[in-house]
Amino acid sequence: MKNCLVVDDSKVIRKVARHILESLDLTVSEAVDGQDALTQCEASPPDVVLLDWNMPVMSGMEFLQALSSAKVAARPKIIFCTTENGISHIKAAVEAGADEYVMKPFDRETLESKLAIVGVI
Amino acid sequence: MPLSPAGTAVFQGAARILSGLLEARTGQILSEGRAWRMETALRPVLRVHGLQTIDDLAAQLLRKQDPRLDEDVVNALLNNESSFFRDLQIFDMIHRQILPRIQEERGERTLRIWSAGCSTGQEAYSLAIRLCNDAERWQGWRIEILATDISTAAIEQARSGIFSQMDVQRGLAVGDLIKWFEPHGEDWRANSVLRRMIDFRRDNLFDARAPSGEYDLLLCRNVLLYFTPARRGDVLQLLARHSHAGSVLLLGAGETVIGQGDDFLPHPDFRGGYAPKALASDRAGRPVRRAG
Repeated sequence: MKNCLVVDDSKVIRKVARHILESLDLTVSEAVDGQDALTQCEASPPDVVLLDWNMPVMSGMEFLQALSSAKVAARPKIIFCTTENGISHIKAAVEAGADEYVMKPFDRETLESKLAIVGVI
Repeated sequence: MPLSPAGTAVFQGAARILSGLLEARTGQILSEGRAWRMETALRPVLRVHGLQTIDDLAAQLLRKQDPRLDEDVVNALLNNESSFFRDLQIFDMIHRQILPRIQEERGERTLRIWSAGCSTGQEAYSLAIRLCNDAERWQGWRIEILATDISTAAIEQARSGIFSQMDVQRGLAVGDLIKWFEPHGEDWRANSVLRRMIDFRRDNLFDARAPSGEYDLLLCRNVLLYFTPARRGDVLQLLARHSHAGSVLLLGAGETVIGQGDDFLPHPDFRGGYAPKALASDRAGRPVRRAG
């Protein structure tokens, strides 16, 4: 089974995402901020990261930048998942290396289609 | 808002009137699944027309005083569910296998596609996006995409190119969103390049007036399932009349031509696709070249 790392400082969002992702036959791990996510990626990179933008300690964009220079065995696919829904944010995320972008609120169909687009399911 | 309880004799009488209207106007039958959601679907119609119950609505329809009411009821009862790149593997097959084959076999540099039962247009826009992303391959080609649907509301939305945030997230890659859509208030709008590529027309699938001539690729996905078997045969006959020997027909995942007349047979080369009978029976994987 493929693994998804859900990175979000909101416990509720992590819980909702976990519920959906597990129903799509993915195993799920969680991180509360970008630094936590980076540590987990270095230890054992997931197949895909569902990444919030605004988080304490290390934001989603800072995580993306740090990941590019981190010692990670295999770069995971990155799906931003955020309330930052403006086109300037979307473009910035893609330019920074995000593979996909989910605008909150999201549902099962949205996540499923984005995971299919990045080739995880 | 008080509605007649489903299952009561009065409600069932009204439901028969409503399903009769739908079948008369569209040929579609109201399956058990859709009958179940009839009340929810019709709430906005009741509100707009100042009616209290489904029975009031049925009575008003019988008076035949307001043609707009008929139209609104039909639009509400039709299932307009759609999404971009629905069944992604189908679009991959179109892009990687079917269109290259059509391109190879065409005698003239014209590609004609018909999205029959296009709903709110996502299928047609998905095709247009793939073609635009592959512009070099299609340079010098004339591309015609016809997209038809019986629902006036669906066609109006399709033609506007405006989709909600939720719509664009279902199946549309972020790269395509950035490249081919523009923010439109809280929504997103397909840009003018995409909109100009598609001819959206309101039309039915029985005495259809919008299609003309033959199409290379015909998509009629998740449409036949709403018709009776006899009507399905009629629709396939119509599609066959607008096909040529090298055309490819694609239906929904749960749909088939088997047992629906003999106009199409499973395509010998494209899994899940269908070919006009003449091609399928003559061909054993050999390309058929046709004059343009």
